[in-house]
Amino acid sequence: MKIQICRKRLSRSTGGDMVILTMLAAGAAFSALPLVFVISSAFKPMNELFLFPPQFLVRNPTLKNFSDLLILMGKSWVPISRYLLNSVIIVLLGLAGNIIFGSLAAYVLSKHKFPGKKLVNDMILLSLMFASPVVAIPNYLTLSYLGFINTYWGVIVPTWGSTLGLYLMRNFMDTMIPDTYLEAARLDGATELQIFWKVAMPLVKPAWLTMLILAFQHLWGVTGDNVLYAEQLKPLPYALRQIAAGGIGRAGVTYAVALVMMTVPIVVFVVNQTKVVQTMATSGID
Amino acid sequence: MSSIAPEGSTGVAAPFAAAAAVPAVPRIKGLWREIKANRMSYLFLAPFLILFFTFTVLPVILSIVLSFTYFNMLNFPRWVGWENYLRLFLKDEVFLIAVKNTLFFALVTGPVSYILCFLFAWLINELKPWIRAILTLLFYAPSISGTAAVVWIFIFSGDSYGYLNAILLYLGVITQPIQWLVDTTWMWPVVIVVSLWMSLGVSFLVFIAGLQGIDDYYFEAAALDGVKNRWQELWFVTLPMMKNYLMFGAIMSITGSFMAASNIQMLTGPTPTDWHTWTIMQHLNDYGSVRFEMGYACAIAVVLFFGMLAAQRGVQSLLRKLG
Repeated sequence: MKIQICRKRLSRSTGGDMVILTMLAAGAAFSALPLVFVISSAFKPMNELFLFPPQFLVRNPTLKNFSDLLILMGKSWVPISRYLLNSVIIVLLGLAGNIIFGSLAAYVLSKHKFPGKKLVNDMILLSLMFASPVVAIPNYLTLSYLGFINTYWGVIVPTWGSTLGLYLMRNFMDTMIPDTYLEAARLDGATELQIFWKVAMPLVKPAWLTMLILAFQHLWGVTGDNVLYAEQLKPLPYALRQIAAGGIGRAGVTYAVALVMMTVPIVVFVVNQTKVVQTMATSGID
Repeated sequence: MSSIAPEGSTGVAAPFAAAAAVPAVPRIKGLWREIKANRMSYLFLAPFLILFFTFTVLPVILSIVLSFTYFNMLNFPRWVGWENYLRLFLKDEVFLIAVKNTLFFALVTGPVSYILCFLFAWLINELKPWIRAILTLLFYAPSISGTAAVVWIFIFSGDSYGYLNAILLYLGVITQPIQWLVDTTWMWPVVIVVSLWMSLGVSFLVFIAGLQGIDDYYFEAAALDGVKNRWQELWFVTLPMMKNYLMFGAIMSITGSFMAASNIQMLTGPTPTDWHTWTIMQHLNDYGSVRFEMGYACAIAVVLFFGMLAAQRGVQSLLRKLG
């Protein structure tokens, strides 16, 4: 395979490029192991799934696992489309709040000067180091006090206050936004909101695209176990997990479910990453 | 890099710094004036800050308070003072094993995963966009494929049908299947390999995005200034430009390696041989969600927090030397 280096820099040797490509290929093959395994297993007929000695790759691929999954989904008490709708609502609202609130706060915490800024920045950093299982109970009590139990908000609102994305955003804003740009916009009479939206956010596109993929992954996996009780409010991963938990007879379906659950974030990830690349290729900075 | 004050607030910050010398009333007045001048900043911050306080700060403070109580999640918490902490360090032998294991695990996987994240991100960054997209996906696959990590249990299965044992037996390297997940000689190597395999996550993506943000101009200028090869370029241009992201990655590596639990437990089970791969976080989960001793679990969380804080401070001073 002929591979060219994208940006031919002045300080590169061809030999080094080849060594690096070999290293990358080996690392990628090792990393891709689970993908290959799940894809291959999803197409295995029942007898191959329990073959001894086990086979890593499928021999006689079949679509039976997927047709079984479709039948099982069609038989669910709450229509599967409702689970899907719940997931879409949770993911979209969760993403919107997470990115908008997080970016607004990150912008201020990175580029403004005001009393209490250092305190908030320090608290955000410290909060990343506190083990989350022990805060689950206080959070449940808070959600119940706010009347969010058994509503979408109980799942969505806590993710809006997540610190990881904000911390990421702030680091990018510190580095990628030159203060002179903001100053120039202020001299031109732009409001802070305009500066945030039209100057700052386009400059850190790779950052919020990365934040988006992380938040998406989290929200897509949400099952809402301890918040959503009504069956018609539960998201798709919950329904699929129930189908997969149907015992050994559903081993094939389990892999089909895993593949379905994996495919969505992968598609989002690929689209997302090409956008990261595009931003820089057209270089919106200059 | 100094940040710029929003409109109206320029010049207010300086009197505030000098306000320490003046009497209390004008100082509070000055602070109030400054807060009013910066109301735009607070308005931007407010939605997040309210949520952050409600769902993070408040629960954390409550957990710290709970760590001084006996709380079984049924009865009202009973104040016990330092008892939980004394019990942790004086009576709980398994905890001390967990501390030792966590430190060992963090010291090995933390730095290695950190370096791997950066190395692969740095190498991928120079490829053509489409190859870069594919490689990024493949390297990130373990983080995105959720339950697929189960494949490792099949690979390291202890009987002769486990993939690795089957291959090694076939090749004649071993004559008896090895109990990879039970034999104390092999438990750590297996856990570490799987953990490193899973470690190209958030930091990796952040490094990639960060590297994308460095303008080619810097590299061209450096090449003209006499930078000869990729290693010099890395040292003199890339690393200094990446300082913020490197710190972010360090935090991720520290929290990731100190809080490791679920993947280790998936491999070596809820009761590993001689507690050989038992970590602080597994201990915490054990008390929090199995034994329902929430006060004790909170004390573990507090100890873990200070451990991570110390590690973070250490790494920070190390990274500062980078320039």
